Amino acid sequence: MDIPMQCYLLVAAVMFFCGIYGFITRHNVLAMLISLELILNAVNINFVVFNRFLYPEALEGYFFTLFSIGVAAGETAVAIAIIINIYRNIKNIKVENLDNMKF
Amino acid sequence: MNFLSLFVLLPLLTLAGLWLSKNLKQVHAVAVTGASALLILTVYLTVDFLLQRAAGNTAEMLYTASVMWFEPLNIHYAVGVDGISVSMLLLTSIILFTGVFASWTIVDQAKEYYMWFLLLTLGVYGFFISIDLFTMFMFYEVALIPMYLLIGLWGSGGKEYAAMKLTLMLMGGSAFLMIGIIGIYLNSAPEGGELTMNLLEISKVLIPMEVQRWLFPLVFIGFGVLGAMFPFHTWSPDGHASAPTAVSMLHAGVLMKLGGYGCFRVAIYLMPEAANELAWIFLTLTGISVVYGAFGAILQKDLKYINAYSSVSHCGLVLFAILMLNQTAMTGAIMQMLSHGLMTALFFALIGMIYGRTHTRNIDEMSGLMKVMPFLAVCYVIAGLASLGLPGLSGFVAEMTVFVGSWEHTDMFHRVFTVVACCSIVITAVYILRVVGKILYGEVENKHHLELGDAVWHERIPVVILIVVIAAIGMYPLLVSDMISDSLVSVIGQLAR
Amino acid sequence: MEYSIFVLLLPMIMFLFIGLLQGKLKGQSAGIIGTISMSLTTIIAYAVAFDYFFSPESKIDGIYQKIVEYNWVWLQLTENLHIDLGILLDPISCMMLVVITTVSLMVHIYSLGYMHGERGFARYYAFLSLFSFSMLGLVVATNIFQMYIFWELVGVSSYLLIGFYYTKPAAIAASKKAFIVTRFADLGFLIGILVLSFYAQSFSFTDLTAPGGVALSSAAGVSFLGASAAAWGLSLIFVGGAGKSAMFPLHIWLPDAMEGPTPVSALIHAATMVVAGVYLVARMFPLYIDAAPEVLPGIAYVGAFTSLFAAVIACFQSDIKRVLAFSTISQIGFMIVALGVSGMGGHDGLGYMAGMWHLFTHAMFKALLFLGAGAVIHAVHSNEMSAMGGLRKYMPVTHITFLIACLAIAGIPPFSGFFSKDEILSACLEFSPVMFALMAGIAGLTAFYMFRLYYRIFWSTPTDVSHHTPHEAPAVMYLPLIFLAAVTLVAGFIPFGDFVTSDGAVYHIHINWTVATISIVVAVVAIAIATVKYMKEKSKAPENPLNNVGAFYRAAYRRFYIDEVYMFVTHKIIFAYISRPIKWFDRHVVDGFMNFLAWGANALSGLIKGFQSGQVQQYAYVFVLGVIILIVIALAL
Repeated sequence: MDIPMQCYLLVAAVMFFCGIYGFITRHNVLAMLISLELILNAVNINFVVFNRFLYPEALEGYFFTLFSIGVAAGETAVAIAIIINIYRNIKNIKVENLDNMKF
Repeated sequence: MNFLSLFVLLPLLTLAGLWLSKNLKQVHAVAVTGASALLILTVYLTVDFLLQRAAGNTAEMLYTASVMWFEPLNIHYAVGVDGISVSMLLLTSIILFTGVFASWTIVDQAKEYYMWFLLLTLGVYGFFISIDLFTMFMFYEVALIPMYLLIGLWGSGGKEYAAMKLTLMLMGGSAFLMIGIIGIYLNSAPEGGELTMNLLEISKVLIPMEVQRWLFPLVFIGFGVLGAMFPFHTWSPDGHASAPTAVSMLHAGVLMKLGGYGCFRVAIYLMPEAANELAWIFLTLTGISVVYGAFGAILQKDLKYINAYSSVSHCGLVLFAILMLNQTAMTGAIMQMLSHGLMTALFFALIGMIYGRTHTRNIDEMSGLMKVMPFLAVCYVIAGLASLGLPGLSGFVAEMTVFVGSWEHTDMFHRVFTVVACCSIVITAVYILRVVGKILYGEVENKHHLELGDAVWHERIPVVILIVVIAAIGMYPLLVSDMISDSLVSVIGQLAR
Repeated sequence: MEYSIFVLLLPMIMFLFIGLLQGKLKGQSAGIIGTISMSLTTIIAYAVAFDYFFSPESKIDGIYQKIVEYNWVWLQLTENLHIDLGILLDPISCMMLVVITTVSLMVHIYSLGYMHGERGFARYYAFLSLFSFSMLGLVVATNIFQMYIFWELVGVSSYLLIGFYYTKPAAIAASKKAFIVTRFADLGFLIGILVLSFYAQSFSFTDLTAPGGVALSSAAGVSFLGASAAAWGLSLIFVGGAGKSAMFPLHIWLPDAMEGPTPVSALIHAATMVVAGVYLVARMFPLYIDAAPEVLPGIAYVGAFTSLFAAVIACFQSDIKRVLAFSTISQIGFMIVALGVSGMGGHDGLGYMAGMWHLFTHAMFKALLFLGAGAVIHAVHSNEMSAMGGLRKYMPVTHITFLIACLAIAGIPPFSGFFSKDEILSACLEFSPVMFALMAGIAGLTAFYMFRLYYRIFWSTPTDVSHHTPHEAPAVMYLPLIFLAAVTLVAGFIPFGDFVTSDGAVYHIHINWTVATISIVVAVVAIAIATVKYMKEKSKAPENPLNNVGAFYRAAYRRFYIDEVYMFVTHKIIFAYISRPIKWFDRHVVDGFMNFLAWGANALSGLIKGFQSGQVQQYAYVFVLGVIILIVIALAL
């Protein structure tokens, strides 16, 4: 059963926009982080899909995805550490309260 | 190495020495040594310059040197001096030397204070010896920045506001200036060939008239802001009032002269055709400056404000005379720069010393100081007399040269403005005598003032030096007037081109 | 006559010496040193004058020449114009040398007594030396700019000496007023110099006063507002002279200048500095005659009006120094009139000779009057007439010498004033009978107010007797009085026309007996009126001199409100309507504009800074929106 490339891309696109929607609308920083992961993974899927369907003999897409997953893991670790610290400081993790960096 | 580069090197060495010094005593020792070395160097330069001229060296600039600095834009570090630069260097050295003594009482972060002070003079020296537009502009900026910190940190009163205002206005001026300089650079080879920043080379080419017409006002206003030209003078009263004594001395005495010197050296020397055509606009503005500053001073209550407005009037006369575009008036202008530099430094030094004792600069709160501090009071009277143009002191010589030179123009416009400028000598007398009568004469009304002492040694040194130089120029003006007047020949040649 | 340089050098060195060492000089030493040096100066000046007048070198064909003894270029201005410093000897400068050194020496000696024990004794002598130096430099000036230089210097010396009692508010105000009023007049002088030198291309008196007015030939046909350039230049120069010589309406500083020490008033404000204006006109006289003869009658009218005006005021003053001050103004008016009505050469030049002669005699007797008044003030410690009266018994020497001076100024023969005034009146008669009548009338007024003064000081009984018994002044003070009185007695017999005339040739003076008779009769009648009115007067000067008096008296006592007019113009008009608006304009409009720029930049940044809200999600939203818009644009293209 051959699933056409468009289906994969459609899934990735849906994931991507779900991520963006989540990132913009959620008030909880953790939820924003999850949305960010969605965006990243949507991109990862695209990498893999393009590699598999368009350049079957090359491996760069796979490698890039692996790097991306690694970076995402590190980023999540740092982000969660920051979020915990934020929580310690202001006792909540609502993003509206994090506007100390304005002006 | 070129001899003139010592003027940049010695302040740098002094800076290093100051950085290394451990306590106030060492700071003072290093600062005095540096200032004395520079003074000696300048005197040597003056003597050697006069000897070379006497020996028949008629080159336009002496001690010239040029080192390539940035090849793609053909920027050089180029130096050279003529009689006008020499007299300005002499002025700078005298003010620096006296200024070091006038800052003697500053103990709070004295090291940093003196370092910024030296950096400022480095810029001034560099400006006067440069004959490359880029180097000149760079040194000009070097001289402006320390002023912000010197006023903002060591000043008094509304110092932050004054420092900000002064810096912003002068920077605004230098923005105009930079456009002007780039414009000159781009038009420095109208017939093809390599573009240059060198003053002497640019003076040989004819910058196209339509370019000159808009570059001349830019450069003139750019320097005019520093020369306190109406209506760009308002930084001066606030800045002077807030600045510490020696900074006021250096600022009014030397830094404001950068404006006049620049107008003369860049605007008029390089763009004589536009100068001939557009002089009337600026003549009107500077003519207004002269009387406006004098009238503005009459009703002021703060000693420094009075002197700042008086500076507006006197510096207005400098630019006014430069714009008369003839040899006599220009000689007068340069002499007025010298004379005003010396006497305004003397004024600010004395005001600082009086303020240091009475803790007020309001003339209504002082009286009868002649009885309490006779030395300072007598010197203040002498400074006042120099300012109102008493023969035998430098102001008279400069003013008379300016007036006689201005009268050479026969048309009604110039005549009217000359008469208007002449009127300023009467108004000057009014505000000077008002102050002298109020604060020095009469009975001591504030009983606390009775316990105040007279000047001590480190206050007497600068005051005496300045008075001696003022009197020397006033009694034997030929020395400087010849040196200046000879150097003007090339500019006059340019104007007649 | 190379030694003439010492006339200038000695006082200058003295000024520097006493001025710099004033703290170190104890007691009377500064005064004694100053007086010795002044005596030497006087001897040298006499020698110079004697040499000049009697050596054959100074005359060519019996005409006195201008001798330029020294001339150094001091400042080169343009190719032709240069300010020189030098010494010019001619009849008037030699005469002035004698006048200045004589009066100055007398004042130096007199002050040893008068200023004894004053705070600032050394400073006083330093200033006297400065003044003597400046005044001598002024009269020997070789060119008009040198004259201007020393002109300013005498102005400053006068300022310093009027303000000698610097703790007294009246003295401070008076010194300031004197300086500023004369400075204002000097502005005219300066512009006049600029005008003349522009056409003459020279400052030198030798060039300017060359016969035939050749100096201003290049100005021919140049006119401005209907008057020729030469007339403008010379009128402006006269404005300078009028300021120093206290001509109406620039006279207001002189009465106030009496706040200075009395010997200073004698030296500066009676005998020497105030006649500088007369000297200036005399110096430029050939140019006035040749280039702008139409200016001279104007000068004469100014002089005549001032003379009348001051004489009227003098009749109503109660401060004895003020009376003398107005009398000085009036007498200078006489000299100015004499110059104004004069012509050139021979008998036409009578006015010039008479004016110079009157300058000479007036200097002596007016100095005598002031020094006498000083002795009186020294004795009674007051300037007011009400504190005086009957002093003739206590101060015989002062009394006699004062009387001699009064007779001289009133024009009674054989005192010097009679002769010089007679010549002035003769010159006026030749100008116009009206002028003669006016000046003769003023001479009568002079006699009247001088004898009013004399009787009130020395005869009538004092109203205010609070002071202790007055006594005669010490010898250092009355010896100068005797000397000056002696000069006043003999000066009338000097054949003045042999020495000083308009063209340098000898002119034989002969008294015009018609004029003399009229003037003597007028003077005697005026003295008689004064005698009847004031000799036996019991009560004078009520508590407030302005009670129960007519409007004219009140106005004259208040000096016709000229000072009030000046105060009004300076404070209410110039300060209030020029200075104050400028001060406001500067702070609010010019500086306001700069502050507006700063405010504008600040406000703009206030608008923009809202973009940087700190809300991450807002940034993301804008970012996404931006991307979408870019994509839409890219697709649309």
